[in-house]
Amino acid sequence: MQADTGASRNAREAEPPEERVVFTKAMKGTHTILFPQMLPIHFALFQRCFEQEGYKVELLTETAPRVARAGLSHVHNDICYPAILVIGQMIDALQSGRYDLDRTALMITQTGGGCRASNYIHLLRKGLKRAGFGRIPVVSLNLAGLERNPGFKLSLSLASKLVYAIVYGDLMMCLANQVRPYERERGAADRTTARWVDILQESFKTGRGFRKGVIRGNMDGIVRSFGEIPVEGPPKTRVGVVGEIYIKYAPLGNNNLEEFLLREGTEPVVPGLLDFVIFKCDNRVEDARLYGTRRLTGLVARILKGFIRGWQDRMIEAIKRSRFRPPKPFASTKALVKDYLGYGNKMGEGWLLTGEMLELIESGAPNIICTQPFGCLPNHIAGKGMIRAIRNRNPSANIVAIDYDAGATRVNQENRIKLMLAAAERA
Amino acid sequence: MKRIGIDVGSTTVKVVALDEDGALLYKAYDRHLARAKEKTLAMLEDARASVGGGAAVLAAVTGSAGMGVSRTSALPFVQEVFATRLAVDRWIPDADTVVELGGEDAKILFLTGGAEQRMNGSCAGGTGAFIDQMATLLDVSVPELDELSLNAQTTYRIASRCGVFAKSDLQPLLNQGARKEDVARSIHQAMVDQTIAGLAQGRAIAGKVVFLGGPLTFQRGLRARFVETLGLDEPFAVFPENGLYYPAMGAALYAERSGPIAFDALVSKLRDARETQALDDRLPPLFASPDEYESFRARHALADVPRRELAGYAGDAYLGIDAGSTTTKLVLIAPEGDVLYEFYSPNAGSPVEAARGQLEKIYSIGGDGLRIRGGASTGYGEDLIKAAFSLDAGLVETVAHARAARHFCPDVDYIIDIGGQDIKCFTIRGGAVDGVLLNEACSSGCGSFLETFAKAMGRDIARFARLGLFAEHPVDLGSRCTVFMNSSVKQAQKDGASIEDISAGLSISVVKNALFKVIRANDPDDLGRHIVAQGGTFLNDAVLRAFELTLGREVVRPALAGLMGAYGAALAARDLGLARSAILNRAALAAFEHNVRTTRCGLCGNNCALTVSTFAGGRRYVAGNGCERPATGKERNTLPNLTRWKYETLRSMAASAKAPKGSIGIPMALNMFENLPFWTAFFSELGYGVTLSEPSSRALYQRGQHTIPSDTVCYPAKLTHGHIESLLEKHAGEPLAAIFYPCMPYNFEERCGDNHYNCPVVAYYPELLKANIPSLSDAAAAKGFPPFLTPYLNPDNERAFASRARRFFGQALSADRAAVTRAAKAAYASYRAWKNAVLAEGRKAIAFARETGRKMIVFAGRPYHVDPEIHHGVDALLGALGLVVLTEDAILEAPVRQDVSVLNQWTYQSRLYNAAARVAEEPDMELVQLVSFGCGIDAITTDETRAMMERKGRLYTQIKIDEITNLGAVKIRLRSLLAAMEERARKTAPRDQLRASHAS
Repeated sequence: MQADTGASRNAREAEPPEERVVFTKAMKGTHTILFPQMLPIHFALFQRCFEQEGYKVELLTETAPRVARAGLSHVHNDICYPAILVIGQMIDALQSGRYDLDRTALMITQTGGGCRASNYIHLLRKGLKRAGFGRIPVVSLNLAGLERNPGFKLSLSLASKLVYAIVYGDLMMCLANQVRPYERERGAADRTTARWVDILQESFKTGRGFRKGVIRGNMDGIVRSFGEIPVEGPPKTRVGVVGEIYIKYAPLGNNNLEEFLLREGTEPVVPGLLDFVIFKCDNRVEDARLYGTRRLTGLVARILKGFIRGWQDRMIEAIKRSRFRPPKPFASTKALVKDYLGYGNKMGEGWLLTGEMLELIESGAPNIICTQPFGCLPNHIAGKGMIRAIRNRNPSANIVAIDYDAGATRVNQENRIKLMLAAAERA
Repeated sequence: MKRIGIDVGSTTVKVVALDEDGALLYKAYDRHLARAKEKTLAMLEDARASVGGGAAVLAAVTGSAGMGVSRTSALPFVQEVFATRLAVDRWIPDADTVVELGGEDAKILFLTGGAEQRMNGSCAGGTGAFIDQMATLLDVSVPELDELSLNAQTTYRIASRCGVFAKSDLQPLLNQGARKEDVARSIHQAMVDQTIAGLAQGRAIAGKVVFLGGPLTFQRGLRARFVETLGLDEPFAVFPENGLYYPAMGAALYAERSGPIAFDALVSKLRDARETQALDDRLPPLFASPDEYESFRARHALADVPRRELAGYAGDAYLGIDAGSTTTKLVLIAPEGDVLYEFYSPNAGSPVEAARGQLEKIYSIGGDGLRIRGGASTGYGEDLIKAAFSLDAGLVETVAHARAARHFCPDVDYIIDIGGQDIKCFTIRGGAVDGVLLNEACSSGCGSFLETFAKAMGRDIARFARLGLFAEHPVDLGSRCTVFMNSSVKQAQKDGASIEDISAGLSISVVKNALFKVIRANDPDDLGRHIVAQGGTFLNDAVLRAFELTLGREVVRPALAGLMGAYGAALAARDLGLARSAILNRAALAAFEHNVRTTRCGLCGNNCALTVSTFAGGRRYVAGNGCERPATGKERNTLPNLTRWKYETLRSMAASAKAPKGSIGIPMALNMFENLPFWTAFFSELGYGVTLSEPSSRALYQRGQHTIPSDTVCYPAKLTHGHIESLLEKHAGEPLAAIFYPCMPYNFEERCGDNHYNCPVVAYYPELLKANIPSLSDAAAAKGFPPFLTPYLNPDNERAFASRARRFFGQALSADRAAVTRAAKAAYASYRAWKNAVLAEGRKAIAFARETGRKMIVFAGRPYHVDPEIHHGVDALLGALGLVVLTEDAILEAPVRQDVSVLNQWTYQSRLYNAAARVAEEPDMELVQLVSFGCGIDAITTDETRAMMERKGRLYTQIKIDEITNLGAVKIRLRSLLAAMEERARKTAPRDQLRASHAS
């Protein structure tokens, strides 16, 4: 048991909450917006999209141990690990002296919903205040209309660019993951990716880039390019990586899990970001259906969902025309969850996490790493909580749950993953 | 070809050689004390004779530290669980289950009926390291601990999830005088419970069970506990002869898949393996030069206190005893404060014995001229020691420490004390303790933590800490709990860190833990201008230096740093100004007797285990109780207590008569503590009664423990598993129509926040129960188990709810549409009536408190925190201290949307902010926030609530609770709060009088 009867701890924190520092129209011209890295391919594309809309954006990619240290000393240590890392990365950047603090802003995504993650932006602001950066504006990137800034608008043009960036990102991530373990020349898949990021940027510059036909052509081109990379060797064990969104994707969060899996001679399979975006739209549709309230929001979400699903289908079609294995469409993942969870389970990754595990098993990759930050609330239920039921109905399922945390060590994590891999080998 | 298997574990190395037929040619086992490579090489040299130096062999490595060895030496690696399995398949082919406990890992392998392997998670004890830690605590060797356990009479319940928790359970037992034999057996039992609950998680450990690994090879007591608990008969419990070597033997079998290598080449491959040093992850050294160290030492030598010879001393003296968690400290002073005698030692689990010996010594050295005119005790064992030696006073330890700190630094405004088990920080205002901050149960690895590591490295703590002073590249080990720290050290060793760098790194992480995790400071001004650093741990210069460096400020470390509690108690005894002390005199001490007896309290249904100490002369001390009754014989406290009132009223609510359509089972857990009135009325209108699960208890928890899939979820959620088991048992007696437990992501709309969510755990836990408890599955319903109804329901809109309820209950219970509409109406009415009843009761309690001039404590948490198994009787403690207890919802007369700097989107938390806002305006109320361990949401709310209180210059107290029931610690915190309240009241009182006189 613990208690603290503490007065006079942090004088600054005890001041009344102030007005939020707004990102003004003028700032759009003067400020560099720093944005933490999560998914290397997608975020490289996002950066280009923002730049074309007139924002100066820089991706934060620092992964030195001092990033976590900066986070730990400015955020409540019991908060989720992604918050510690992301906020640490931002504060570390501001402390580095590389940026003119009068011309720097920060941007962070905010999903909205009952998970702690919706609070990251507030914890960031508190952390900034404690670190003496209270006047740095923070922009919330969200679809829920949570905070408004005159200088930053998620315009239709920007929003659709971002959606296409996710489609392209998912496509390239899916293909690169299938090529990288087999490429004859190391780095070939990454070079192809980089080349396409440049091509796509060009294509975004003009309105032409948004024509259906052009996008389809680009997708076919991407599939072709990856298909041309020389590969060798017999098929390797495919290992699925699912979990909390940041830990699953960000190398900083998962101790370079993909690299470890490649070194262990396996083929990592990482579900795409589109499913998550569609999932968040779907939640609003389901809320309206389940509770009979917020019907208008539900209707708007349904339209958006249909639009994104259309692009997911086209991407899958493009992959189907090649030797590569396509991801499953959202609807089929959703159908798999039916006997496990309700569609009202929407906080964090919600039922999608269970769905991704089931989809992996269905598509012949029953060896799965379920990643989460230590003490992740939604994953108690949709991650660890469903593993037993999944195993009961799918005896081939070989799932290991790994916690990530500032104090967790790589040795322990890798040892448990190796146990899972040894079982995979035996099966 | 001969085969070599090398198993490099976290604490030991095992090497085996097998001949062509698999017969064991050579085996060796030893602790490697962080020198795994050297130890392995020595063993291989030793094996040379049996294998033959020139012979070609096959070799493979396994074990948690073997991964690194494999990487640098290019020998094949096999995961240790897999290796174990290879060995068991070969030598015990008819085994069904394997339990293997290692140094830091625990594993279970199910071989038949759906093969499955499991390892402990990152937050789990029940391993060899756990026994090591516990043996250190008992001050016995590991074999001695086993010996003790064989002579036990009773078993105590000890939290088994992790070493730090177990310690919190053990410490009070030891301090209360429990027999070491019984404690030893309880430690073994805790390991068994952990294996069954944490690892097997519902799968029966049955059939032919093979037990492997060091602890199960050497600890006979542990083996007996396993056999008895699992109910295994002789041929089904297998302890194979070479149980230690199975992973190594498995690695040798695995080696068949690799290419042959000459034995000599194998040895040189290992010898030449170079661990790469990752220096970018290192910290700057503590001292740049010996000169810097010297001036540091000279500065701290200033905070000294004069010593005087006790032998031949004639005059008055005052005694202070601090019976701490692991150590006993004792100081005897002359009237001016000079030290006549001092004592600091681990109490080896016998605080009374330690103090008696010292007192005897004082009498014999001091002789006839010594007149003890006052004696006081403090610390965990305050009451016990006071009773044992008939001392004059007992002090809350915070008060004792503050008293001593003021002696060394009259302007002191901040004290940080890092002791064996606790980190304590106090702010001092106007000479009195104003705020207290204590560490969480989970990060309490402080002094005893350094000590355990020192022992593991084969050094005593002082020498070990000194090693770090001049380390060039201290390792960054993070700031987490002991279990994590173990693995960090393991990783550092693997990376080739020197023992010096590890020692410095550990000192730094102790400091970081205190500063970032407990205090959460990032600026020296968060603490104060005059900081006193004390506690035994600060006697290590490395820790003190790390503290000053991290804080960027010089601090005062009194020469008596380890004795401050005792010194403060002695000063306080002097301040009593007694003519003579009641302390046992020399003759009485010679006849001293201390008998300990364990019994069960029969005063209420809890039947707490009591430890009754009786002393010569008939003095008695009772410990282990959840309340004051057995100790004081007093009647149950009758002050208003909203926590108790809410709990009792809710529990009696469902005791309605038989209903025509049968009964619906409801688990009394989580949000049911708020929504029960809603559902009782709802089902009653539909013609159903409600059957509640039995009241929560530790035993109930354990009944459901085996189906908990995530061991880091909060205790209130874990308890639901037991509640379901209870309902299933009730169903077996009298069938239930269904068990009802809805998923509720949204809560009632109270218009006090940005949204009105429940937390993810409250929202979706029913689905987790369904997926993990076999009797709740859809398939089970066909086999006579009650249907488990978990609809998604949202109460925020009455009409929408009714429409959704009509659809759901029309199907699930064939309920009539009109009836459901009526039921919904009744449900909302009943819910509102309940909320109003709570408010009315709150008003009554407030009025009572104001009439009788009592202080009120608002016990602020979640609705389920009124469950006595969750709050562990803290409300009764408050009552016993003369306080009126209110709950957060009982004072919300006109809640509004509070201006907070976080996203205010959870209903229960919005209430918390509102409660804080009201308490801040009411001078006769104080706030105590209850936080369940593992509550992620409270990582956000606690800082916010604290800020709300502090903005208004008010105290903020947080109590973190889990499955453990260490009320002693909570009592110290609450008494400190009380002391701070009284001090504040004293200071404001004259001002009020002044104002009054001006007015007249």
